[in-house]
Order: sequence, then C-alpha cells, then structure tokens
Amino acid sequence: MTTTSIIDTPAPPEPTKPTIKGGLLDPKQLWASLPDALRKLDPRTLWRNPVMFIVEIGSVFTTVLAITDPSVFSWVITVWLWLTVLFANLAEAVAEGRGKAQADTLRKAKQDTVGRKLRNWNPDSPEIDEHTVGAPELQLGDFVVVDAGEVIPGDGEVVQGIASVDESAITGESAPVIRESGGDRSAVTGGTRVLSDRIIVRITQKPGESFVDRMIALVEGANRQKTPNEIALNILLASLTVIFLMAVATLQPMAVFAVREQGFGPDDAVLNNDGVTGIVLVSLLVCLIPTTIGALLSAIGIAGMDRLVQRNVLAMSGRAVEAAGDVSTLLLDKTGTITLGNRQASEFVPVHGVSVAEIADAAQLSSLSDETPEGRSIVTHAQQAHQLPERSPGELRDATWIEFTAQTRMSGVDLGDRQLRKGAAASVIEWVRANGGHVPDDVKDIVEEISSSGGTPLVVAEHTRVLGVIHLKDVVKPGMRERFDEMRRMGIRTVMITGDNPRTAEAIAREAGVDDFLAEATPEDKLALIKREQEGGKLVAMTGDGTNDAPALAQADVGVAMNTGTSAAKEAGNMVDLDSDPTKLIEIVEIGKQLLITRGALTTFSIANDIAKYFAIIPAIFAAVYPGLDTLNIMRLDSPTSAILSAVVFNAIIIVALIPLALRGVRYRPSDAATMLRRNLLVYGVGGIVTPFIGIKVIDLLISNIPGIS
Amino acid sequence: MSATTAGVLFVVSLVVVLAAAYRPAGDHLYRVFTGTRHSRVERGVYRVIGVDPAAEQPWGIYARSVLAFSAISLLLLYAFLRLQGHLLLSLGFDDVPPELSWNTAVSFMTNTNWQAYSGESTLGHLVQMAGLAVQNFLSAAVGIAVCVALVRGFARSRTEHLGNFWVDLVRICFRVLLPVAVVAAIVFVAAGAAQNFSSGQEISTLTGGTQTIPGGPAASQEAIKLLGTNGGGFWNVNSAHPLSNPTGWTNWIQIFLILLIPVSLPRAFGRMVGSNKQGYAILAAMGTIAIASVALLNLSNGLALGTVPTAVGAATEGTETRFGVLQSATFGAATTLTSTGAVDSFHSSYTSFGGGLTMLNMMLGEIAPGGTGSGLYGMLVIAVITVFVAGLMVGRTPEYLGKKIGSREIKFASLYLLTTPALVLVGTAVAMATPGARDSMLSSGSHGFSEVLYAFTSASNNNGSAFAGLSANTGFYNTALGICMLLGRLLPIIFVLGLAGSLARQRPVPESAGTLKTYQPLFVGMLVGVVVIVVALTFLPALALGPIAEGLS
Repeated sequence: MTTTSIIDTPAPPEPTKPTIKGGLLDPKQLWASLPDALRKLDPRTLWRNPVMFIVEIGSVFTTVLAITDPSVFSWVITVWLWLTVLFANLAEAVAEGRGKAQADTLRKAKQDTVGRKLRNWNPDSPEIDEHTVGAPELQLGDFVVVDAGEVIPGDGEVVQGIASVDESAITGESAPVIRESGGDRSAVTGGTRVLSDRIIVRITQKPGESFVDRMIALVEGANRQKTPNEIALNILLASLTVIFLMAVATLQPMAVFAVREQGFGPDDAVLNNDGVTGIVLVSLLVCLIPTTIGALLSAIGIAGMDRLVQRNVLAMSGRAVEAAGDVSTLLLDKTGTITLGNRQASEFVPVHGVSVAEIADAAQLSSLSDETPEGRSIVTHAQQAHQLPERSPGELRDATWIEFTAQTRMSGVDLGDRQLRKGAAASVIEWVRANGGHVPDDVKDIVEEISSSGGTPLVVAEHTRVLGVIHLKDVVKPGMRERFDEMRRMGIRTVMITGDNPRTAEAIAREAGVDDFLAEATPEDKLALIKREQEGGKLVAMTGDGTNDAPALAQADVGVAMNTGTSAAKEAGNMVDLDSDPTKLIEIVEIGKQLLITRGALTTFSIANDIAKYFAIIPAIFAAVYPGLDTLNIMRLDSPTSAILSAVVFNAIIIVALIPLALRGVRYRPSDAATMLRRNLLVYGVGGIVTPFIGIKVIDLLISNIPGIS
Repeated sequence: MSATTAGVLFVVSLVVVLAAAYRPAGDHLYRVFTGTRHSRVERGVYRVIGVDPAAEQPWGIYARSVLAFSAISLLLLYAFLRLQGHLLLSLGFDDVPPELSWNTAVSFMTNTNWQAYSGESTLGHLVQMAGLAVQNFLSAAVGIAVCVALVRGFARSRTEHLGNFWVDLVRICFRVLLPVAVVAAIVFVAAGAAQNFSSGQEISTLTGGTQTIPGGPAASQEAIKLLGTNGGGFWNVNSAHPLSNPTGWTNWIQIFLILLIPVSLPRAFGRMVGSNKQGYAILAAMGTIAIASVALLNLSNGLALGTVPTAVGAATEGTETRFGVLQSATFGAATTLTSTGAVDSFHSSYTSFGGGLTMLNMMLGEIAPGGTGSGLYGMLVIAVITVFVAGLMVGRTPEYLGKKIGSREIKFASLYLLTTPALVLVGTAVAMATPGARDSMLSSGSHGFSEVLYAFTSASNNNGSAFAGLSANTGFYNTALGICMLLGRLLPIIFVLGLAGSLARQRPVPESAGTLKTYQPLFVGMLVGVVVIVVALTFLPALALGPIAEGLS
C-alpha cells in the first residue's frame, strides 16, 4: 500500500475545458481564408462535393447566359450563385485554416534537427562510434545518443539512461516529464528536447512517418478521408440533388406547354415564349438542392477533429471520432480516472477510551516523516479535519524519525520517551505486543470494518497502547457520480477497471456510481471484456498507456493512448491524449456525439428550408401564366425577379451565417435520445421551416428598391 | 341522416373495423410468414415447380427469382393476349394488338392494372379469368413476398438468408389471398354482382330501345382486384359498374378489402422484429397521412369547390348516386393511397384540389398504407431515410431496429426514393414535349396537363387508376406507360431486396437510453414530415402547373 515512487506522476490537469475559439466568426479569419476558398473553385477538387459541384456548373451556365443576354437581374443572380460556391469553400477553408496554424508550430519543432547516430552500438560495449546525420536520414532501428539540451531527432524508445524531457512542443505542457529505459515510460517523441542527463534512443519510426509528421497531417486535414457516416450522408445529399435536378429539368417542357397554351404577359427575365429562362431554372435548382449542409459538411468534420486537437487529443482517423459518438461501453481505469491517484486519509477511528484529538495528534506526528502521498494525506487530514497546527519535522527537538521501510512497514517518531508508530495493522500490533502492551479487542473489529468497506486501515499506537485506526481510502474525484449519471442517461455503460480485490472494487464502484467493475483485472481480462461487449454489438472505448494495454487498445473501437505511454500503446490506439488525462475519454465521446448532431441538425435545417423557397419561387415563375398561383406568394414578395433573387441571396447568406455553428458544433447537453431529438427537431426542423420565410421576406424588402430587380 | 353524417359514419366505421382487424389479420400474416410447416397442396406445388422449400435464398437469388417469375408472367400474359382470338370464350374478340398487349401484360404483372382497353369491347372471359385474374393474385403475392424479405432483413442478423421467394409466393396465395377472395366473391355475388359466362343479354327497355346487359365472371375478379390492391376492372367503368359494385354497402366492403392487407402488414412486421410497438408506429404514420388525405378529399369534394361543382351544388359529376359524393371521395382516397387504382367515380371530375389530392396520394409513393407489401416496404424505406437524419440528431450513427444505417443502406434507400419521381417527371416531360402525345389530351391548359401528369404518376407508382380524359390507347402511351410501370415496379423491388440483404448481414446493436426510439410519437411525426417534405415537395412544381393552378384560378 505505501510505496515510494522515484518519479512523481504529474497530477492530471484540472478538468477545466479549454475555451473553444472560433465560435465567433472572426472576419479576419474569413479574409485570410479567401485565397484558399478561391483555389477550391477548381472543379477538379470541387467535384468531390456533388452538391456544390452542381452549383458551380449552374454558375458557369448563368455566367454564359448573363454575357450573351446581359441584364441587372441575370448578373446579380450570377454573382450570388458564385458567392454560394465561394461561401461553401470558405467554410471549408476556415475550418482547415485553424489546423494550419497548429501545424506550423509543429513544423518548427521538426526543422533542422540532427541526430548523433551510433554505429554498431550494443548495451554492453562501452565504446561509442558516433557521427552526425540529418534527422530525415535516420532509419528504423538506428541508435542515437541525445544529451541534455539536444532535440531528440525521431520517435523512439529509450534503451539506456534516464532523462527529463521537455515535450511542450507537442503537448503544450511546459512541465518536463521523465523518460527512462525499460517499463512504460520509455517512449520519446521526435522534436522534443532533453533537459537533463543523457539517453540512448532506438529509432522506432520510418523516415517521414514520425508522430509529428502524422500530427501535422492530421491537424492540417491533409488527405482527410471521409468517414463512413459522412459518405452515407453524401450519398443521400447527392440523391436529393438528383431528384431536384430532375424536378427542375422536367419543369421546362411542362412550362413550355403552359406558356404556349395559356399565353402570358410580355417576355421578361423570368418567362418567355421558350419557357422559363435559364437563369431562373438554375436559381430554382440551387435553392432546392441541399446547399446548406452540402457547403458545411466537410467543415463540420474538420472542425470536429479540430475540437479534439484543441483539447490536446489527436485522433488518427475521423472514423474513430465518429465511433466515439456511438460508444455504448466505457472502460475506465480506477486510479487516476475515477479516483485521485492515491489513497487518502479520510477518518481517524479511536479505540475505546481514546479521544479523537489524541489519535489525530499521534497520527500526524508519526506521519511527518512519511513522504509518501498517503503519509502526507494523513498530515493534511489532521490539519484540516481536526484543526491541528501545521508542523514540520524540523521544529521538534530531540525527535528521532523512524522512516518508512518496506521491511518494517511502519513509520513514526520517538520524542524522548514518547514512541509513536503508525503503519500496517499487523506490523504495528506486533510492535505493541513486543513492547509488552495490550491490544484491545475493538481494534480488530475496526480494522476488519475498514477493510471490508474497501479502505486501507493503518493502526496508530503509542508504545504499549493502541490509539486507533486511520482509514485510508480511494477518493473519488468530485463530480464523477454526476458524470456517470449523465452517461447512463445517454445510454452509455461505464465499467471500472481495477487491480483491487473484488470487495474493494465494489465499494469504490458503488461510491463512484459506475455501472459495473472488473476487479483484479489483468490485461487479458480487459481484452476478454472488450471482446465480450463487442460480441453483443456494443462499441467499446478505453484508455491505456502500458505495452500490455496495447492488444486491448487495438481491439477497442475507441482506444485512447496516453502520451506518457509506450509507443506500442500509441501505435495500438486510434487516439492519443497529449495531456495523458484518462478522464478525457468522456469529453471525446461528447465531441463525437456533437459532431453527428451537428450534421443531422444542419441536414434537417437545409431540407426544411425548401418549403419557403418553393413558396417564393413557384408563384414568381408561374403567376404570369396562371394568375391564381399568386395566392401561393404568401410572403407577398415584391416582384417575380425580387422573389427569386431573395431566395438565392438567402440561400447563400445562410451558409455564411451557419459557418460558426458548423465550426463550434451545435449545443450539446447530455440527455436521453428523445429529449435530444425533440430539442433539435424544434430548433433545426421547425426553425428551418420558419427562418427562410422571414429571411427571404426581409431580403426582398431590401432589394426591391434596386432598379432592374423590382 | 344528412349526407355529411353518412359520409363521416362511412369513414369512421371503416376505421373502427380495420382497427379491429389489425391484430387478428396481422397475426395471421405473421404465422404465414414464419410458419415452418407446409400443407399438402403447397408441397405438391413445390414438387411441380422443383423447389426445395427448406432452402433459403440470399438477396441476390431472391431478387433473381422475383425477376425471373415476373418475366415469365409477363411473357405468358402477353402471349395470352396476342392469341386471344384463337382461344375459348373469346366472345368473338380478336387478338389484342401488340402495343396494347404489352401495356396490359406489364400492367397486370406489376400490380398496376392500368387499363388502356375497355374490358367489354376487348377481352373474352378466358383471358380475364385465366390471364388477368391470375396475375391479380400473383402480383399481389410478389409484393407481399418482397416486403416479407425486407422485414426479415430487419429481424434477422448475421445471415445472408432472406427466406425463399417461391415458398413465400405460394403461401401468400394459398393461405391469404385465395381464402379471403373466395369469401369476398361470394359476398359480391350475393349482393348482385355478375358471376356467369354469359356473352351479354339483349333486353328491351321501357322506353322501347334495346340495351345489352353484359355478363361474365366479374365477382370473382372483383374480389382479388381489391384484396390484392390491383384495381383492374372487369368492365371499363370499374367499380362504378352496378354488376361489379352493386350497392352502397358493397362499396364499403370494397374499400375494406383494399385496406385490409396493407393495414395489417405492420402488425406482422412488428411481431417479426419482436416489437409490436414498432408495428403500431408504422401504422400510426400511415394512418395519419391516410386520415388527413381522406378528410381533405371529403372536404374538398363535399364543399364542391371548382367551377362545375359550384354550379350544380356538389361534385356530383362522374359520381354514382348509389354511393354518394363523400363515399366516392373516400373510395378515391383509398384507391390512390394504396396501389389499387380501382375507381367508383371519376377523378377527373373531382374538384381541382380533390383531383390533385388523388395525385398527391400516389406521389407520396403509395405508402399510406400502400399496396399489398409495396406499401409497407415503401414506408420502411422512408423510415430508413428518416432514421438516418433523426438518428444523427441524437448523436449516434443512425440505427433502425438495431441495424446501422450506413452508406450501403442509404444507397439502396436513396435509389428507391429516386426511381418513381424520375419516372413520373421524365415521363410527363417527354409527353409534354411530344406533339403526338399532347394530342391525346381531352382538355386544354392545366386540366389537360393534369391528365398526363396523372397517367404517369399512376403508372410509375403502379396505381393504375386513370384521370379520364386522356386517350391512352396510343402507341406512345402504351409504350411509355408500360416502361414506367415495369421500371416503377422492378427497380424499387431490387433496391428493397438489396437493402434487406445488407440489413440481414449486420450484427444488431443493442438498444440503450441513447438509442432513438422509433416507436414514439415524435419519430412518427418526423416520418410523416419526411414523407410530406422530401417526397411530396419534389412534385410541387408539377402540381402547381396542374391541379393547383386549376384550383386557384
């Protein structure tokens, strides 16, 4: 229980969420992305987005028409159609732009690194034959030596030595970390700097495939693969586009018939004897096809990855982010995730006839020399819960400090003839008996009780007298129970993984409010659990850092490797948390869900928008032929041309207006499916029906004064 | 009892009786689809056609079986029609011309029953009985079989097998369609419908003229025409003929028969996927659309909007006084909400909006409750699309009944969604651009356009009703509408089976609190919304130039 650790685990960062920038659309950001947006007009790249590709073809077509038969109306429509494409590109460019800044920082870390390569090195031979090579020339399996102050030239594994390393270039965290050969802390990342000592590193990467290279590719969104759900959504959008393409294309012969049969007023910008004008047909098409979601779809995906990056999580694929939204079982390690890293004193239980103040005093004195986290927690608990003054070992004279050792399993102090000890129950009781003391009966009961509740009992004694028992227990992090309740409402089952015995595990599981636990867990047990869950169709997420976690990380649908972990773990997982904070798994799930919700919400919004557009454009086109159709002009738009233009302008502006939402993601609050659907349907479904009626009317009011339009 | 009260009672009694039939009828269908035993007759059939009833088929084989069976049906019926003059009971009618034979053969094979001919002047009794009526049974059974295969796709997991088409076909015929049709035929005969081999009887009328009373095996054909949502009338005026549909109460029974199987299929679906609630949800979506449509059509025809109806006080033109305006409107809604297409009044004479509504009913894809089998599979495909969008909004990759809706599923569902609008719109556009095709229109302007739009809508959705007015027995329409019927039937079937195959292969995802509950009213509402916004709005431009323009003028 009480162990001394050479290296202090860095305390997991406070669960403060980094503020997400970019929620507000910075005009500067738009301006900076404009060149990229223009470049994306190239049809060779745009065809990947079928919806916007159709808009571009339409824009080219209207441009030709506007040149051959110029009018204010045709030019204004043409400009706005081009703007529609441009706005879509802008959304993507802005999303990508945010990653680029991060990539630039990373690139700096990569530049001009040289490695001191060792030839024919083996651990036993002291002779070193080194020569300097450029980092890109290092091959898999090469050995390099890195001294204090030097940059590690590539990803690798420490094979000799121990050093403190500054990884801030990658993690943004300025506190150095310890890297040593052997064990789970042997992995080092290229581009990080050794601060002290000297290590020999075996390179584990192929040239150009380093962690930093991959990070740069990820945050830049280069060769971004469409995720399965994105592909499915694209198919749906493409089909809708084809349906509307047909609806518009087949409208022409019908219109020609109506026009010739019925007759109508003089030729105008909307109708002539050859039917509906090309400009208006293209406008109708662009308004009906799902341009809003088509324009924002890839930005939503990039921004989702970006939100992870901002939380210092690197997802190796978008697929993993999507899977995170679907996770139905979360495997959480107890220590560090559910509980604070170490056991802490929670109570002093005196035996019969001893006051609490007395045992608190004795417990504090006997623990002053105990530098383990448990020992310090006893001192703190005595101060905080029992108002004892702060004491340091130096202020007590004539004190002989008894350090904790693994053999005695006790620590304590001799103050003159006052001998105080605290430690493992058996050891202390034996010590008291050896001193000729008597052990009261209730000690056993108290010890038993604490053990059975999952805690660790430490007995406190003064020479021949047992004073009482210190209750050490795992302290569940504040707020965990609430989070697990949320998870449950979202339909996610939480399973605590611990090496503790089942009794202890159960007690903590109950206190933390997890649904299930796996006690005395070995890596094999973990893997078996994951496979069992997956067999039932569930998606499993877990975190891990050790090499023996690697198979489980690889098996899990979402495997988050800690950056402090081994390179085997990092290879096996599909995400890496640079902060090495296992709690983040919960946030990752939320980001995954938010990504999907944003897609669904904007698709709904986009489709719902069509109703208003029909009501704007259909009467505008055909009221001249069938005057009764003007009844459908429920927005009372000024004129056919202003109505059509208003719809086109609204269609373009709504894209820009929704860029912030696409980048930020729609508001996400954990709740059950029905609540979430009701809310989103209300906001994006009903809102999607109503908004364009208002928007188109307002735009119509503004533009109906432009000469040549009204 | 006022006409309005009678009209409302007519609808309410139908709803009540159908609701009462939902469980027993659905449970019977469930047993037919899932039973493991074969009757002696069925075994005999399997031996004759050489089918091992225990062998199951993956989706590709199932689809090939459907296609092969359809091809044989088509060829046999075509040959039958072409050779009519040489057969018994031809009543002296000659061979049916090639284009009309093609059109009619496709029409009956596809469960459309579009009739470019008129029965009394074209067909003999043998072709009606052994050709058309047989297809009425088989085409309905094919639709149900395909639907069952899709439901199995949802219900099963990690398998390629979707059942055996031949077994499904035979069982549906023997255990569902034949028994009900026999009973219904007897009821119709009892009510006065014709059932004989008479070649017509010449009688002298009171005014001194002569009139021919036709005869034939009408009642038996009538029963399956409605039960199988076929709709092909024995005589030209279909269910308005007194020897087909003699009285007001047979009119009620006709509507009941039309709706019986489509309405109870969701029950069988719910039981097969292990959740009756899912069946109720689908029924609720169908019911919401259907009741809204029936109410609007009753309202529109009852209020008598439009020029002619206003002049005479009610939309009585083209309506049988035996049935009444409202009861006819209900029949008109039922026949277009399903893929029946039988008529007891003339949709062309409806008020403009009323006529538009019958068109809209078909444009929705005939899913509320739709044709035998085709209605449910159509609605389930829309449900898949709805789940895809709604599922995203709850933060999970979408799943329906434990099956993930991924790109493969969306591909098939989207193709399904694309097919009929494409056929309707392209067909109508081609017709409007072809001078010869335009000459077939009886009326001008928006009403004339409606005639053409209606024809293509009816053919592509396999409805078979006609707006009247359009002279459809021309080379152009026989060919074009035949193509629309064929593609409008077989392409969706292939896509549905593909979807079924892809669903059956999956491992089911267990339900949790985060799963979209597809049986809650919220989802039902969204499903209806998708039907109206995604499906119906596609046709708004076309409708605007037809019934809407006419109605608003």
